[in-house]
Amino acid sequence: MPKLTVDGIEVEVPQGATVLQACEAAGKEIPRFCYHERLSIAGNCRMCLVEMEKSPKPVASCAMPASDGQVVKTNSEVTRKAREGVMEFLLINHPLDCPICDQGGECDLQDQALNYGRGRSRYQENKRAVTEKYMGPIIKTVMTRCIHCTRCVRFAEEVAGVEEIGAVGRGENMQITTYLEQAATSELSGNVIDLCPVGALTSKPYAFESRPWELVKTNGIDVMDAVGSNVRYDSRGPQVLRVLPRVNDDVNEEWLSDKGRYGPLGLMKRRLDAPYIRENGKLRRATWKDAFAAVKRGLSGLGGEQIGAIAGDLVDVESMVALKDLLAQLGSSRHECRQDGAQLGGEISGVRASYLFNTGIAPLETADVVLLIGSNPRWEAPLVNTRIRKAVRRGAAKVFAIGPEVDLTYEAEWLGGDLTVLGSLPQAVVDALKGAERPAVIVGQGALARTDGAGVLAAVETLVRDFNLVRDGWNGFNVLHTAAGRVGGLDIGFTAEGGVSRILADAESGALKALFLHGADEIDAGALPGVFKIYVGHHGDRGVRHADVILPAASFAEKDATWVNMEGRVQRSNRAVFPPGDAREDWAIFRALSDVLGSPLGYDDMDALRARIAREFPLLADEGLAVVGWDSFSIPGRSEVQPEPVRYSFENYYMTNPVARASEVMQQCSEIILHGNEDVLEAAE
Amino acid sequence: MTAATYSSVAHTHEMAPEKPDHHAFDGFQWTEENAKSAARQIAKYPEGRQQSAVMGLLDLAQRQIGVQTETQGWLPIPVIEFVAKQLSMPYIRVYEVASFYTMYNLAPVGKYHVQLCGTTPCMLRGSDDVMRALNEKGIRKGKTTPDGLFTLTEVECMGNCANAPMLQINDDNYEDLDADSTARIIDALAAGDRPQPGSQTGRKSSEPAGGPTTLKEFTA
Repeated sequence: MPKLTVDGIEVEVPQGATVLQACEAAGKEIPRFCYHERLSIAGNCRMCLVEMEKSPKPVASCAMPASDGQVVKTNSEVTRKAREGVMEFLLINHPLDCPICDQGGECDLQDQALNYGRGRSRYQENKRAVTEKYMGPIIKTVMTRCIHCTRCVRFAEEVAGVEEIGAVGRGENMQITTYLEQAATSELSGNVIDLCPVGALTSKPYAFESRPWELVKTNGIDVMDAVGSNVRYDSRGPQVLRVLPRVNDDVNEEWLSDKGRYGPLGLMKRRLDAPYIRENGKLRRATWKDAFAAVKRGLSGLGGEQIGAIAGDLVDVESMVALKDLLAQLGSSRHECRQDGAQLGGEISGVRASYLFNTGIAPLETADVVLLIGSNPRWEAPLVNTRIRKAVRRGAAKVFAIGPEVDLTYEAEWLGGDLTVLGSLPQAVVDALKGAERPAVIVGQGALARTDGAGVLAAVETLVRDFNLVRDGWNGFNVLHTAAGRVGGLDIGFTAEGGVSRILADAESGALKALFLHGADEIDAGALPGVFKIYVGHHGDRGVRHADVILPAASFAEKDATWVNMEGRVQRSNRAVFPPGDAREDWAIFRALSDVLGSPLGYDDMDALRARIAREFPLLADEGLAVVGWDSFSIPGRSEVQPEPVRYSFENYYMTNPVARASEVMQQCSEIILHGNEDVLEAAE
Repeated sequence: MTAATYSSVAHTHEMAPEKPDHHAFDGFQWTEENAKSAARQIAKYPEGRQQSAVMGLLDLAQRQIGVQTETQGWLPIPVIEFVAKQLSMPYIRVYEVASFYTMYNLAPVGKYHVQLCGTTPCMLRGSDDVMRALNEKGIRKGKTTPDGLFTLTEVECMGNCANAPMLQINDDNYEDLDADSTARIIDALAAGDRPQPGSQTGRKSSEPAGGPTTLKEFTA
């Protein structure tokens, strides 16, 4: 624990800390460009120079290890002159185009030039200019502004694990580019926009949209996957203009997946902004009153189990509880949130720990053996994948995977696509799991959403016992979810015996007469001609195609909501903008509908609804990781695991939900990155 | 073709030189001999550190292309990717190396890659005269002569300051040059000869011009 003095303040920092960190511990701000807490140290921008006693020159504090007895001066004349000099050099080749630069107002270079620069330039010569580089549909480049901090290069190499950004050339001719100017293919590529301390890499979809001070900033939770990344919605008027990550070391650190960043841009497209009623096969725009009357007509005479409900992937806890209560009033308990037919939770494995990512997202990076079962975390949860990658890089964790071979951004030993291998794991896997101190088994929805899903879950549960995966201070049983609303739905028991397949089968046989589709767009509702279908949701996607009544609802950014992520973390998001047109918050729709149907639900505002939820589900009452502890579970009447090869949940990372499908950026990413169709962007521009 | 169109074509050609054809080198493979040499270079480094051989392999590949095209060789994209695959490196990392070092050519060069040092000592000792002599032979900076024989690049210090001015032509250094000796060397190369590398004034390595001035008893 070295002790050193910073501006007369004595600080003690952990072994291995840098002088820069010591200065921060002493409450001193050190300007920097290349240094970033979550990336390796480069020491190439020189902005963090400080004066140190017994050192003949100012030292780069980010790269200098703190040691005993150092005396650092961060506000001396030497330090001041060093900073001014570095800033002057940086600005020699930096254009003075702040007025037309998207980084303006949130630019490190701008701020630091103001605080630490000389205020005027002595440079009279020509500045260098660099041609723009194409980096795909997400990243806009103005490379003349680049100061070569190499944060983007280090991020691509270290965190994203897709080495495609580099610095070519040397000296004054050094340029940052992707290899041969191809589109960046990482699912995390948008983060280089946040990392770039200047306006060299900016957001292409957000180009020239707004200035940061014009935006209203609202805390939200990303719903594009089940990680529950903490985000900030930046909105102006009715529109969410951009989504940025918030720092939460337990969940997303400070990264955000590209889908989380640009999927929500689909919120302005294909919206349901008025109720619709289907008449003679055609949808007619209607008033709420007419729509409710139509629902009442459709449900009249139906009782109990003839009415069902399926909740989609982007539905929050409050909405589902309200729908569940409404169904209960109608005498039905046929509500289902496992839209993809995943066999877990509910009647299959009631214990909460049986459907959670028990290891936790942050602790996963300390795992020493990881077994992936039918899961491609790179697409299903990019920010869980970065944790596994960290475990591999840092502790040389061994990764085994069952499923079709894909590039996970780290080395994995592939065991084929046959899930029956779970019953007879190869000796290498057995040895690794036996010898591991912190083994983690991760089962994906692709392995559970099959007819033998319960059997797979049972087989994984057997692994828990065989290899003692649950031990003191460590739980290695993990279910990787893909839907943001899923764990919340399972927590409130939004499940029905037999799942979606039973509901659809009953609908076909005539035992089920009416079906609420609550943002459920991933099931084929076209196959249910005799069923009265009520779609409650925000996007005109697959679900509305065959709906008889459409009730327009608020999206995740347009309501206060509770989300439970895959590790069971309860998080609240706030309303960033208002729902468009006549759309209303989901719970309010069900409350109003209950009035029309005869017996009103017992809550009139969000507080009352949340109080009602807290009474029945105390786990969901407060934000934070809701832990119930491990409880062994068994799976009754399980089916045998079939040798049919396992498939992953997604065939297209960018098109997994109605909002992302509506997002132009996601469509472009899908075309360019996955289908190699480079013409799309030019056609669009 | 009318004179007007001819000149416009010539003009366009000069402004935007033809893009090198990278695809001509698709499916690049080592020759048998070079495959052995590459394996030897990789074996120099410990297990797991094979990436260290990247510079040697790029040089080897450039020379192989040189033999193949009867030039000094260059590194087309398929060749860079071939080396990257052999060393299990991301393409961009190899491309960074190839673009960083000036000895790797990222575009085709002529049979003789003439590199003229123009840094201060050479300039003071008359590198401008050498440049003029080259220009008189039709060799222009940054261009390859129409017969494909010479490509001229002006470079920074090659470390031959004591024998300034100098030219590096392929793997040979020609030192103590003036306009006449430069012209003589170029003519000889064009005629297919290999002029004697080293000092063109006859002095030995970088001894003082006109023979030793100290420690004479040791040279007798």
